Amino acid sequence: MQHSDTLTLYDTSFNSRFLLGTALYRSPTQMSEAIKASGSEFITLSLRRQNPEQSDGDAFWQLIKETGCKLLPNTAGCKSAKEAINLAEMSRELFATDWIKLEVIGDDYNLQPDPFELVIAATELIKRGFKVLPYCTDDLVLCLRLRDAGCQVLMPWGAPIGTGQGLLNKYHLQSLRERITDIPLIIDAGLGSPSQAAAALEMGYDAVLLNTAVAKADDPVLMARAFSLAISAGRSGYLAGLMQRRQTAAPSTPVLGQPFWHQQ
Amino acid sequence: MLNISVNNQEFSVDENCTLLQLISLAGFADQRIALALNGEFVAKTHYSTTALSHRDNVDIVKPIGGG
Repeated sequence: MQHSDTLTLYDTSFNSRFLLGTALYRSPTQMSEAIKASGSEFITLSLRRQNPEQSDGDAFWQLIKETGCKLLPNTAGCKSAKEAINLAEMSRELFATDWIKLEVIGDDYNLQPDPFELVIAATELIKRGFKVLPYCTDDLVLCLRLRDAGCQVLMPWGAPIGTGQGLLNKYHLQSLRERITDIPLIIDAGLGSPSQAAAALEMGYDAVLLNTAVAKADDPVLMARAFSLAISAGRSGYLAGLMQRRQTAAPSTPVLGQPFWHQQ
Repeated sequence: MLNISVNNQEFSVDENCTLLQLISLAGFADQRIALALNGEFVAKTHYSTTALSHRDNVDIVKPIGGG
């Protein structure tokens, strides 16, 4: 039986549980086709310095508008709360949205979020009326602090950005899901294959956000579709209720009536 | 004259030059941009009333793909 299963982030409902990035595609057309194939309704984008002669930004903006998707600007590359807050304000004005994917990077090697600056930035942005979706680690205490600051969605990493390593720390991610049940959790970053996305949804995560795994696939449009199917499968698996794992085998075919069996 | 950095490129502008005039001088007039002056966001509504100072740093950004 078909039933409604929407994703609600802050005050907005989405039919898709797939948030997709708009970077790294081989062409703008390919990006548009991948977004369409993904079924995503919520896409991330950013702001960067560009020469005035570069018309890429304008062409990019035109294509983004044509997708009809809701926009989630990010603060990628910011290394302090101050930088992130100012870039968020610039995004709000330019994209006319209060939504922000808050990134504050604390380490260049693995692009790990800076938990201290993240909480400072989230607290201030929420005061200023933003709907903050923080990109964070899978640390339980950090996530609790972000929730206490007023974040109504959290986005822990599966693995460092662009690595495609999947759900590296399943224990932490499982604990997080078990402890934080009142707000949506989205796996953001590190996913490399559709099966990893399915595993995240099976674990009870509400959605996934990714970019590189689609944009850098041999066929990004087909990969976008593959992730979409995997996310739906994972969600259905979660809703259906997974069986309990066992240490020992248990026959699925009835033992009663087994031929060739004789009492010893 | 004032020396102003726009996206790390040097510009010489007249005293009393405003952000609005600088945006035009730097070639960004009528473009979809957002701006920060010395690291602080400045709203569009303040471009025409914000006067520049010597050695100000201006960041002008445009939309781009992001993850």
